[in-house]
Amino acid sequence: DGVLMFQQVPLVEIDGMKMVQTRAILGYIAGKYNLYGKDLKERALIDMYVEGITDLMQMILMFPFSPPEAKEKNLDLIKERATNRYFPVFEKVLKQHGQDFLVGNKFSWADVQLIEAILAVEEKIPAVLSGFPQLQAFKIRMSNMPTIKKFLQPGSPRKPPPDECYIETVLKIFKK
Amino acid sequence: MAGKPKLHYTKGRGKMESIRWLLAAAGVEFEEEFIETKEDLEKLRNDGVLMFQQVPMVEIDGMKMVQTRAILSYIAAKYNLYGKDLKERAWIDMYVEGTTDLMGMIMYLPFQSADTKEKNLALIIERATTRYFPVYEKALKDHGHDYLVGNKLSWADIHLLEAILMAEECKPDILSAFPLLQAFKGRTSNIPTIKKFLQPGSQRKPPTDEKFVAIVRKIFNI
Repeated sequence: DGVLMFQQVPLVEIDGMKMVQTRAILGYIAGKYNLYGKDLKERALIDMYVEGITDLMQMILMFPFSPPEAKEKNLDLIKERATNRYFPVFEKVLKQHGQDFLVGNKFSWADVQLIEAILAVEEKIPAVLSGFPQLQAFKIRMSNMPTIKKFLQPGSPRKPPPDECYIETVLKIFKK
Repeated sequence: MAGKPKLHYTKGRGKMESIRWLLAAAGVEFEEEFIETKEDLEKLRNDGVLMFQQVPMVEIDGMKMVQTRAILSYIAAKYNLYGKDLKERAWIDMYVEGTTDLMGMIMYLPFQSADTKEKNLALIIERATTRYFPVYEKALKDHGHDYLVGNKLSWADIHLLEAILMAEECKPDILSAFPLLQAFKGRTSNIPTIKKFLQPGSQRKPPTDEKFVAIVRKIFNI
C-alpha cells in the first residue's frame, strides 16, 4: 500500500503523517506533549539519556532472538551493562540534583524511557536495582504517576514479554 | 565562554564522521583530539568524561556530549538546520534515520570477513537502490525543491549527501537510476561550506582501510 517509508515498521499514523523510524516517532510525540525539556540544552540531556537507555533496551529487545547457546552470555552482558554502565549514570544524576525527574525538575521522555528500561531489565534480572536506592525510589514514583500507573495495570495496551509463540510469529512475519 | 567544539574519536570516519559533516556544513570550526591507543580511551574513561564509557564525545557549549544522535540533533537545532517546526523536524528525523541505517551498514563493512563482506556489499547496494534512494528521489520529485524539507537546507540534506558519497564509494554508478539525486548531489556539493569540506586538507576522513581496521580493533578490543 506504500505506507511504509522504508518498508519497515513501526508505523504510527499521527496528525496526518504516516510516521516511521522509532526515534523520529518518539521525538515527535515528546515534542508535541511537552516531554522534551524547555530549551536546547535540556533537550540535549534528554537525548543523551534516551540514547543510552535505548542501547540497553536494544540488548533486551534482541535477546529472545539470540541462538540458545548465546543466551547465557547475552544475559550476563545485559546484567553487566545495566549495573556497570547505564544505571550508575542515572543513579548519580538523581543523587546530584535530588529532584524527582531526570531533567529540568520536570517529567520528560527520559523518565518514561528509564522506567520502561528498569521494568524490562527487572523481568530478566529481578534484583538488578539492589545497588541503586535512587532508582528504586524513582521506580516507585514513576509507577505511581496516574497515567503510568494506568498503563501498568492489566487491560492496558502494554504488551507482555515475548514468549516462544510470539518469537515464532515474528520470525515468520519478517523472514525474507 | 564558547571555544570551538572539540571532538574526541579515532582518526577515522566511524560514528563521528556525520558530526564532522554537520559542523563543517554549518560553517563551524572544530578541534579534534584523536584516540590512537587503548590507553588513550582508558584515560578518557578514567577521567570520567564519557557518560556511557563510549565515544564519540564532543565538548560543546560547556557540555561533554555523547551519543551520536544527541550530538547531531543539538548541532542541527543550534545552527538552524532542523526545520522550522515540529512537523518539519519529524520529516527530517525520518529521513535522517533512513540514511543512518544505510551508512551504518557501510560503516561496518571493513570489519567483516571476506565472504560476509561480499554478501553485505550486495545487500548495501540492494538496500540503497530499492529501499533508501527511491524515498529521497521521490521526495525531491514530489515537491520539486532543492532541499528535502521545507525548501531550506537542513540536517537531512547534509546527511543524504554524506550517504550518497559513501554509497558511491561502494559502487560508483549507484545513482544511475536516480536523476534527481544526481542533481541534488551536484547542487549540495557546491554549497560553499560543503565544497570546502570536500576539498583535500579538510577534516573529512578517508574511507576505512585494513590498516585502520587493525588500529580500531586494538583500541576497542573488538
